[in-house]
Amino acid sequence: MAEIAQDVAATHAPARRIPPALVIGGVLVALVVGVALLSFFWTPQDPARLNVRSRLAPPGTPGFPLGTDRLGRDMLTQIMVGARNSLYVSIVATVFALCVGTVLGLLTAAAGPRTQSVLARAVDVGVAIPGILVALVIATALEPGNTASIIAIVIWFIPLAARVTIGPAKQVLALDFVEAALAYGRGNAFVMTRHVLPNIGSILIVQASVMFASGILAEAALSFLGIGAQPPTASWGRILKEAQPMIDVAPSLMLFPGLAILLAVLGFNLLGDGLRSYLDPRQIAVQGS
Amino acid sequence: MLSIRDLQVRIGAHEIVGIEALDIGAGRRVGLVGESGSGKSITAMSIAGLQPREAVISGSIRFDDRELVGMRESELARMRGAEIGFIPQDPTRALNPTMRVGRQIAEALRLNTELDRGAVHARTLELLEQVRLPDAASYLRRYPHQISGGQQQRVLIAMAIAAGPRLLIADEPTTALDVTVQNEILRLIVELSTAHGMGLLFVSHELGVVRSVCDEIGVIYGGRLVEFGSSRDIVTRPRHRYTSALIGAAPELPRGDALARMMGKRFSVIPGAVPPIGGFPIGCRFRNRCGAASEQCASEPPVESDAGGHRLKCWHPVAAGDAA
Amino acid sequence: MTPLVEARGIRFRYPSGRRRGDASWTIDDVDLTLDRAATLGIVGESGSGKSTLIRILCGLIAANEGEVRFDGRGIGDWLARDRLGFRARNQIVFQNPRRSLDPRMTVATSLGEPIRALERRRPITSELAAGLERVGLSPALLDRYPHQLSGGQLQRVAIARALTVKPSVLYADEPTSALDVSVQAQVLNLLMDLRDELGLTLVLVTHNLAVVGRLAERVLVLRRGVVVDAGATVDVLARPGNAYTEALVQAAAEVSLADGGKPISAGA
Repeated sequence: MAEIAQDVAATHAPARRIPPALVIGGVLVALVVGVALLSFFWTPQDPARLNVRSRLAPPGTPGFPLGTDRLGRDMLTQIMVGARNSLYVSIVATVFALCVGTVLGLLTAAAGPRTQSVLARAVDVGVAIPGILVALVIATALEPGNTASIIAIVIWFIPLAARVTIGPAKQVLALDFVEAALAYGRGNAFVMTRHVLPNIGSILIVQASVMFASGILAEAALSFLGIGAQPPTASWGRILKEAQPMIDVAPSLMLFPGLAILLAVLGFNLLGDGLRSYLDPRQIAVQGS
Repeated sequence: MLSIRDLQVRIGAHEIVGIEALDIGAGRRVGLVGESGSGKSITAMSIAGLQPREAVISGSIRFDDRELVGMRESELARMRGAEIGFIPQDPTRALNPTMRVGRQIAEALRLNTELDRGAVHARTLELLEQVRLPDAASYLRRYPHQISGGQQQRVLIAMAIAAGPRLLIADEPTTALDVTVQNEILRLIVELSTAHGMGLLFVSHELGVVRSVCDEIGVIYGGRLVEFGSSRDIVTRPRHRYTSALIGAAPELPRGDALARMMGKRFSVIPGAVPPIGGFPIGCRFRNRCGAASEQCASEPPVESDAGGHRLKCWHPVAAGDAA
Repeated sequence: MTPLVEARGIRFRYPSGRRRGDASWTIDDVDLTLDRAATLGIVGESGSGKSTLIRILCGLIAANEGEVRFDGRGIGDWLARDRLGFRARNQIVFQNPRRSLDPRMTVATSLGEPIRALERRRPITSELAAGLERVGLSPALLDRYPHQLSGGQLQRVAIARALTVKPSVLYADEPTSALDVSVQAQVLNLLMDLRDELGLTLVLVTHNLAVVGRLAERVLVLRRGVVVDAGATVDVLARPGNAYTEALVQAAAEVSLADGGKPISAGA
């Protein structure tokens, strides 16, 4: 039966249905990235400019579409610039964490049974420790700022990346073509990089999307707590933090950065989900027959 | 008891199965032999309503006086288990690994019979004994991974016959098993079928296995029933080129002195391979691999003829009395 | 003439990591001799350890006890001093070609792997094409991916891959079990042709007695890691000296088509 299904897939292969999640996620992510890039060239107002006379203007005020904060800075501008920061920290941290975590995961998958037990449990412990506490400790030790955020998030995410890699890597390692490669003289390193990695690639891509989402949330959390981006660097978390005391007077000040975070995180998560659905059937083909 | 007429199964634009007529009499054992991609499994599944979602069925499958094609899923579900039992191919995939064996059998009973709790328990034990699992009570609490492949297959058989179906459909039930275990399972199936008057549709790619179990054999190639007749007839006087080629290609262990003579002898081969879906030629689907194909084979699909006791679809059958 | 492969007292068990002293030996005290250009069949059912045994013989797994000598030298010695040479001379073909070829590599890439790994050079297209032709495939398949080929074609590619480095011994682990009957015959004939043409020493693992009967002059019957029967195929199968072998032969006969076959006998 599986043969037939595969045959049909192979001969039919019409344009594979693109999952809606992929489209929506893609659009949202493109929006966020687009806005961040745009902010380098144009923003409604000068980001550093304080329009003290227009402070706490409500949304819809001419010249300040989303209103201004208590120092008179244009909210829309802040959000656009903040996008830069969130993406920067999240992407850098995620890429680093993925690289290190994947290597760790591969090493664990390839290790002998006893070493593997130890490493896998260590990874599980790493995953179990609340990342935000780890981040707090690290950021307290270092100077607050984007760099501290990045380091903290990397350390937080490495066990997650490792954990995701171990299972699929073990599955691929159990396949005959890995044994065949060893039989004709390939070493472990080659097998890992040229056989295992490409075959778990789609899983890693999906994981990357999801981690970007978490990274944005993590960065916002750290900035909100005051450990991440420091003034004058704009960051969604920091905007939220400054808007908090004004919540009675100007609730919209919290609304917009919150919405921005929501859309970005949602976008990356949907993108990850969409990619997973889109790429998965091919994964099954590897193991299915 | 079961009558198939003009059954067509299509997936997308391709006709996977096209069987004009196939009957299974009450208590009779019929085998369907074909290689992978022949459509035998889909045919078996279509009878039970278990065909893949993309498959579109047309034609008629009559079970007694009820039409199965187009029957509502809820009714089909009721028939499955109660009147048509299905033994799937791979026991490791067909059993729920997280549920104890006894419970899985009990579920089959609960769904398909009116028995109460106590009766279900008693019947479960009875079934385990019927499938020759010694010390039946100890199996109740075991998980699938704690029993061997052969034992798992027996459990699946128990589940299939639980409600006393009149037709058993077995889809390659012994393919995943060792030969010695396989033969015991085959014996069991034959015994159960005889003892309970159950009809049997046995699907397999192994002609030898089917021959040992079934009274009648249908050979399927490219979704077409190319030959059908009694087991003995099909094996001793195959008329269709594919059937005879299949018999020739199947490795046989020679006995006694013949063994020494056969050492190093090449196997007889069917040239080419089964084409993928959509890759079959028009006219006779086997013609590209057949030594006797002619123009006629290319333009007209063979029409069924009666070849002295068995049904045949071939323009150039092996002549009666010919070696294949 | 020293045998090409000699194994004495091989014992192996998978490290279970947890329970001590419970795991039984997967291979328990196996001796084996393989002469040059001979074909040895290893017959056994699941759990017999036959696949594990050939992995030990071709150096993929290290035995816990016992010694394997290849061409006069111990495997340990080979792997320490001439690992690539050893690997080139011992190649293996696996049961399921869809799993033994990386689905992400083209046929050409997969074919060229042993040359890249063992001869440390880039393969020339013409030698890859010749490799395919030798197994009856068209060089046009070089650019295809595994999912575009049938099972039979893929198994031929796997065989071609094994032969690119001119091995002395070819281990075949159930090479036709995953294939259709009509294709099995083709692949088995191919193995016989290649063996004769290239003077290969062939070790064939299978559960199918009929296959062993045609291909292997000598046979080893394994049951749960123990050799229960060994010798000339004709002797072992025609006059089994052992209840287990007898049972295997009997079982094959019950589903045989010889003389029109017969219904399976009741009760045993």
